[in-house]
Amino acid sequence: MMRVVAAEWRKLRRPTLFLGTIGAALFFTGLTTVFLYLMIDSEQGNSDRGRQVGREVLQLASGSVYGFASVGGLLGIIALCVFAAQTAQEYTYGTLRNLLVRQPGRVKLLFGKLIAMKIFAVILILVAAIVSVGISVALSDRAKVATDLWFTSDGYIEIGKTLLNVSISVIYFGIIGMVLGLLLRSPISAISIGVLWILIIENLLGAVKPVFLEWMPGSQLTTISQGGSPDISYSHALILGTSYVFIGALIAAVLFSRRDVAN
Amino acid sequence: MTSLAISVKDLSKKYDSGYAVSHANFEVPLGTICGFVGPNGAGKTTTIRMLLGLITPTGGTGEVLQQSITEPEKYLSQVGAMIEGPAFYPALTGEENLRVLATLGGFPLERVSQLIETVGLAGRGGSKYKTYSLGMKQRLGIAAALLPEPKILILDEPTNGLDPEGIQEVRDLLKKLASQGTTVFVSSHLLSELEIISEYIVMLRKGEVVFSGTMNELLHRQQPFIAVKTENPEDLQKIIDIAHAAGHDASIRSEVAYIEADRDWAGILNKQAFEAGILLTQLSPQLPNLEETFFEMTGGQS
Repeated sequence: MMRVVAAEWRKLRRPTLFLGTIGAALFFTGLTTVFLYLMIDSEQGNSDRGRQVGREVLQLASGSVYGFASVGGLLGIIALCVFAAQTAQEYTYGTLRNLLVRQPGRVKLLFGKLIAMKIFAVILILVAAIVSVGISVALSDRAKVATDLWFTSDGYIEIGKTLLNVSISVIYFGIIGMVLGLLLRSPISAISIGVLWILIIENLLGAVKPVFLEWMPGSQLTTISQGGSPDISYSHALILGTSYVFIGALIAAVLFSRRDVAN
Repeated sequence: MTSLAISVKDLSKKYDSGYAVSHANFEVPLGTICGFVGPNGAGKTTTIRMLLGLITPTGGTGEVLQQSITEPEKYLSQVGAMIEGPAFYPALTGEENLRVLATLGGFPLERVSQLIETVGLAGRGGSKYKTYSLGMKQRLGIAAALLPEPKILILDEPTNGLDPEGIQEVRDLLKKLASQGTTVFVSSHLLSELEIISEYIVMLRKGEVVFSGTMNELLHRQQPFIAVKTENPEDLQKIIDIAHAAGHDASIRSEVAYIEADRDWAGILNKQAFEAGILLTQLSPQLPNLEETFFEMTGGQS
């Protein structure tokens, strides 16, 4: 298994992929966190979909990671794209046959790839968290947000909880990407269908009937990263999100282990 | 200890559209070079994929190094393969691509630079795969197949895209590997190349094995012939008449008479031609080559 992880890591660490993905994560994290503080008094809102997040919220023990938690869904979409591309490209490049000749244990190969991509995702999350907390600290004075509670024991617990929730969410998004990559065997199809569903179709369905969002996979995973939302409880999101991911992964793993490799 | 590298019995792969491979039976002895030939769509690649555990057979059995092909993890660490041309990650360098596979297979990374040199890619190993020519990609594919120091090397069209010098190098490499005890199972459209290097041949047509055995056995199964040239081309018809009178089929192509007869009859023909006042400039008993035999047996194209 460790050999599979190490081999996959050789592919993931190439500068264009590694630095490009980290760069995209930093861009979205930085932008979201900067808007949160610099537009704190804006009437158009300072958070997603024009929501207003005031000083009373940012001054809580969880305030240091509020920006980071808000960007969890976007980090998840980045992970979905990376996991989907890394999985589906093995079919389009024809490299899967080489991998299976060197590692015929298909489930082992799949889990090894997943572990390597999880490590990649965790690095992405940690870098994004550090940058988001750093920007929050740097802009708190200017936005007149008190940080007294941020680095207390409660504050550290909040940081830990948020890191855990965002990690679960991002890795779940990644697994969905991997499942799509395995099922569709084309990076473009896997990424476009995944992103289209999460960013457009779920939002359209939610606009037509908000109750739909309580059952949509993307909404559950975004809610996990935020530790719950006014509309969806954390436990509901965690149970439903985990179920979606587990069922999807199971179907993909069974298909992958039995399907002929004919390209 | 068995002397067989590969053995298949009634091996089949059936799709909705019909059999890709139908009840194939053949054996490949250890330490030989075995050519695997057949027209496009004959089932060569499907057979190779079944041997490598990439495709599940729908019938029959197969063994590689005495292990069932249903348990490829038991033998693949001793098998090197290049299937349907080279396939690598375009954004990685040639060396990095090999390192991915070496890491995955648990092979020493030092082998990567050695193999890059062995296949003639020294100086280009650090270039991205996407910048490689077809010949260079092919060489990298062969290097990847050699990573495990294989007991069996399975190569699908290894000389595709190589220039004559490259083909010669691959031929020499395969001969060298075979002399060191490696079994080489190689499919190629270049039948003349296979004829030079192969001791064994497995021939497929429409998913069925039409021949498996030694190259000698194959070529001796075909009707030998005698090629005859005369000083005066007009005398060729007289040669044909002599052949027909003796009960042999004969025809003239490109000012050469081809007579279907054993080499022993060449002496008789020579005597009769002399008595008829015909001066022969060529009288050569021959066996059909692999290409002629292939066309005869498959009725198709290589």
